Amino acid sequence: MSQHAEHAAHEINYVRVWVILLCLLVVSILGPMLGIKLVTLITAFGIAIIKAYLVAKNFMHLNIEPRYAVYLLVTMLVFMLLFFAGSAPDIMKHEGTHWIKPVVHVEAPAAAHH
Amino acid sequence: MRPIATTRAAAGIPTGRLAVWWVVASEIVIFGGLLVSYIMHRIANPDWGYQAAYTNVWLGGFNTFVLLTSSLSAVLGHKAAVAGDGPRAAKMLYATCLGAVTFIAVKAFEWTAEITHGYTITSSTFWSFYYTAAGLHALHVIAGAVIMLFVAATAKRNLELHRVELIGIYWHFVDIVWIFLFPLLYIAK
Repeated sequence: MSQHAEHAAHEINYVRVWVILLCLLVVSILGPMLGIKLVTLITAFGIAIIKAYLVAKNFMHLNIEPRYAVYLLVTMLVFMLLFFAGSAPDIMKHEGTHWIKPVVHVEAPAAAHH
Repeated sequence: MRPIATTRAAAGIPTGRLAVWWVVASEIVIFGGLLVSYIMHRIANPDWGYQAAYTNVWLGGFNTFVLLTSSLSAVLGHKAAVAGDGPRAAKMLYATCLGAVTFIAVKAFEWTAEITHGYTITSSTFWSFYYTAAGLHALHVIAGAVIMLFVAATAKRNLELHRVELIGIYWHFVDIVWIFLFPLLYIAK
């Protein structure tokens, strides 16, 4: 096991990080209950990003790995953004400058199954 | 003789750990593609919120708690392995496996309730995404738990302790995937 990993394993207070993660979890559940869209976006998805960062940094020790390990993972995330950028117009819009979707199927609420 | 995964570090990272990073990188594409597809469809179909209303936020929240706690036990196992305490590392990995079993049990209960209420993988596109994403994640939880049992068996005898860190990295990634699945499938209603 590398020395930097040993150093990290001794330095980080993992229980403290875990408690912070649980506090963030509570906020991410209670925040959306207010029913305000902006608050929901921040508390649910913003906090998810913070939680993922805390886990990657403190539990996976990504912050003390050689930088290229981070670049490797970030490259994959960039691919996801490219995928989004390329596909989103077709999926998220029902019509464009010279095109229109022939059929726009809007699903009924699931309650209709009962 | 130490295994090559521990001793060779031509790229600045021991080979075994570098391999796990590559696994994680490929998993980002798998889950990322699925989640990005879901997000695009979810934005295009606001009425999916009605269907998401039938997912149980408290069970999803409890499972998030379980996975975060199992991540803590996994990293404490890593810490024990660094200290050369194989038996304690094994105990921590067994605790992590217990978290995996709890997660799957809750998921089974949740899915049983949803399926008996008529929400199956063919009910609508939302439920197709729901079962595919959560199911793929559950398969990763099961695979991780099985691998962890093997790692714990050797760690208990103070052998191959570097593997504790490797399975830990994978497990934390599975945790991160759920951190994003939870708000997407349970909270955005």
